[in-house]
Amino acid sequence: MAGSQIPGFSGHGGDPASALYRTRTRRSAGAQAIKGLLAAAAVRGGGGAAALLSVLTTTGIVITLASEAVNFFQVVGLADFFFDTDWAPLAGGDSQAFGVVPLIWSTLYLTGIGLIVAVPLGLGVGIYLAEYASPRVRRILKPLIEILAGIPTIVFGYFALTFFTPTVLKDIFSVDVSVFNGLSAGIILGILVLPTIASVSEDSLSAVPQSLREGAFGLGAAKRQVVTRVVFPAALSGVVAALVLGASRAVGETVVILVAAGNTPNLTFDLTVAHQNMAAFIANTARADVSQGGVAYLTIFAVGTTLFVMTLLLNLVAIRFVRKYRQVYE
Amino acid sequence: MAVTESAITRKIVERASSGERVRELGFRVALLGCLLVAIVFLGVLIVDVSVDGLPFLSLEFFYTFPSRIFPEESGIQSALLGTLALMVLCAVFVVPIGVASAVYLEEYADRDRWINRTIEVNIQNLASVPSVVYGILGLAFIVRGPVDIFGLGVGQPTLLAGALTLGLLVLPIVIIVSREAIRAVPPSIREGSLALGATQWQTIWKQVLPGALPGVATGVILALSRAIGETAPLILVGAGAFQLFNPSIDGPFSALPIQIFNNVGEPEDIFRDLAAATILVLLGILLIMNSLAIYLRNRYENKW
Amino acid sequence: MSERKREGEGLEQAAGLDMGTRLEERDERAGADAETVDEAIFSLSGVGVTYSGAQAVEDVSFGLATNEITAFIGPSGCGKSTLIRCLNRMNDLIPGAEVEGEVLYHDQDLYDPKIDPVQVRKRIGMVFQKPNPFPKSIYDNIAFGPKVLGVKDDMDETVERALRRASLWDEVKDRLKSNAFGMSGGQQQRLCIARALAVSPDVILMDEPCSALDPISTGRIEDLMLELKQSYSIVIVTHNMHQAARVSDRTAFFTVDLRAGESQRVGKLVEFAPTEQIFTSPRDRRTEEYVTGKFG
Repeated sequence: MAGSQIPGFSGHGGDPASALYRTRTRRSAGAQAIKGLLAAAAVRGGGGAAALLSVLTTTGIVITLASEAVNFFQVVGLADFFFDTDWAPLAGGDSQAFGVVPLIWSTLYLTGIGLIVAVPLGLGVGIYLAEYASPRVRRILKPLIEILAGIPTIVFGYFALTFFTPTVLKDIFSVDVSVFNGLSAGIILGILVLPTIASVSEDSLSAVPQSLREGAFGLGAAKRQVVTRVVFPAALSGVVAALVLGASRAVGETVVILVAAGNTPNLTFDLTVAHQNMAAFIANTARADVSQGGVAYLTIFAVGTTLFVMTLLLNLVAIRFVRKYRQVYE
Repeated sequence: MAVTESAITRKIVERASSGERVRELGFRVALLGCLLVAIVFLGVLIVDVSVDGLPFLSLEFFYTFPSRIFPEESGIQSALLGTLALMVLCAVFVVPIGVASAVYLEEYADRDRWINRTIEVNIQNLASVPSVVYGILGLAFIVRGPVDIFGLGVGQPTLLAGALTLGLLVLPIVIIVSREAIRAVPPSIREGSLALGATQWQTIWKQVLPGALPGVATGVILALSRAIGETAPLILVGAGAFQLFNPSIDGPFSALPIQIFNNVGEPEDIFRDLAAATILVLLGILLIMNSLAIYLRNRYENKW
Repeated sequence: MSERKREGEGLEQAAGLDMGTRLEERDERAGADAETVDEAIFSLSGVGVTYSGAQAVEDVSFGLATNEITAFIGPSGCGKSTLIRCLNRMNDLIPGAEVEGEVLYHDQDLYDPKIDPVQVRKRIGMVFQKPNPFPKSIYDNIAFGPKVLGVKDDMDETVERALRRASLWDEVKDRLKSNAFGMSGGQQQRLCIARALAVSPDVILMDEPCSALDPISTGRIEDLMLELKQSYSIVIVTHNMHQAARVSDRTAFFTVDLRAGESQRVGKLVEFAPTEQIFTSPRDRRTEEYVTGKFG
């Protein structure tokens, strides 16, 4: 079937008597070969160009961020940006300030809250799916976790603002939080990254060879001991990768923070008040329709650069760990 | 010898010590608890959104324009059309480029060359760049920037600019998933085709790609569902809300996530219920797309 | 698992039938093939295994003696690995695997619902086909078992004793803290034996322990087995008849029955006898053909 569809070879083998046929075949085969070479070159070139587009995207991001960030730092000093603890770029006159510390603080703080929620839950789900769930149970539960992963973040934001803050935090747990608060946003952020941590850690646990489990069972270890003392340590680099990827996702999250945590950067441990992370600041500033080229517009790029570098570092770390666990067992 | 004799006399302990059994059970219960939290959360979220939003869902909701002034008669026509148009444009852009990249990386690229290694690491990194950063790229490079895209509405927050931004955002996903699908086609298929005298291109076009199609399609659907759920890049690109006209490729546009976002920000409660109704529509679209992806995956899973 | 059947066996056990009677009974059931042993550590009667309903091994009955090496030989697919995994309930870990019949260990039914498989495996250790050290240090590999079992003895001493018994101590005593993956295959397998010894089991099951090793490493492990049988009972599955002839006291020969138009392969016990007899004067024609290399 496959052969008959290939031009130049289609079914003439069964007709050796016809010399005319043969020459024709040879000729068309020659033309075909040239065409084929051209096509191959075109495909190869086209595919290569397409693949290069991803590199161009990165280059584009870097150039975009860097060129405007340079303009920004001609107006605002590097030291002011990184060490000043006051952030009010949209304010007028003397109260305008460009210290990014509160934004970085809220970014890391809310990520931390999110991870406190997501790490135990995500690892618990990952371990359960990889080690305990029967294939049938896994077939039911995994899609549920995938659905959770596929829910748009704006929906999480809506839920945090209209349900989690008023009903869960205020009514059920009587926490005195303001409408926009870091606690709700941080916890929901945790649920948001839970599927990432669960699925990456499940992958790495599943990659641990069965022979190690058998070895431990053969020594009289109970299931929990096999899982916690052999399988989990053996999958550790993958688990770390899962956590770093989760962290990177939380650091870069925009909408949940924008909707549920408010728009005020706050250099405080207090979670009952508003917080603003870097991504939410960027989105909020872009929405404010600031004039292009103005210093407020330029803050988008300065903060964007900081965010980009931060997530890039996290991703490089994660990629390293993923490679490590793949190398060991594959 | 002593060891053996004692071994014979000692019987197997019939049950584990109760402490051990409690720990074992506790661990299992804790793991199940984690899963339960996730599932209960999902359930509560869906119930909450449904309770708020269902009363507003009607046929008119789909073909009425949104309104700030008459929220009771507000609909989502412009946002829905915007989202559907974004999806189509995004697919047009991302499918050929994504699949071509995947074919190149899997079938042609020499892994040892630095350029190909760079591309690989780069794609992995791009997949986890925050979406708001893509938004910045869209804002400064695609909308306001030096790139004149087909001369269409330069300097405007156009539908095309939004689609391209989302396209760049999900391109790495399409490439990664397509590569996996192509890799899953067994080498024997390629060898069989090449042995019959087919060229590499013929082999790819007639054998490898058809074999990888279900996987690629699944990946594209999942990537597109990620794209239409994104809010942050569209905020930066400048998508509008409460838009009273349908989107055009070179004109302003709205989208469901943006409409939800803006509804949530309005002072009156009714807007949040409208947001819930809009969320239901968005989730409905995503559900259809995901079901399709799952169907494709199961239908063609055990092909080899 | 066929709980009902086992309940019945439990009643029988409760009725206080002694070991001798049981073995005789088994003899009658399995015919002349089953060998009665004086000091049985395992006695199997009518043991079979199914994987998701498909019969893999059928109707095996015999008794295994204490402080001996028993070898299971036979062509691939004859169910010898499946059967050895019944002896410490490792089959429990394979989804869909079910064991029928009765496996008695020191007169105690291993598949009694009251028995905890984890407790069984503490007593009956296992060494696998491919060396499977944990990705930890040599020391931690040995210490794993005792730690898991909550043994309070001096760990350094336990580790040294286990390594000495597996004649590995001299080779590794200077690098106990280095990763076990850095050892040679043969060393890794002896480490796995040492690891099993560290929990002071009663029986050691070895599932083709030398199949991944070179001849020299194989020789060392065989020497080790001969030494260990002074203190332990050993059951070994082997692909290599010569290995069975060299190390074992008794040998069980299994074969494959093809059924349902060759689509179903069922393992069966053909002959169980002292090793010398199996290799010099087998009673069954199939055994003879196998040991003389005519098939398999």
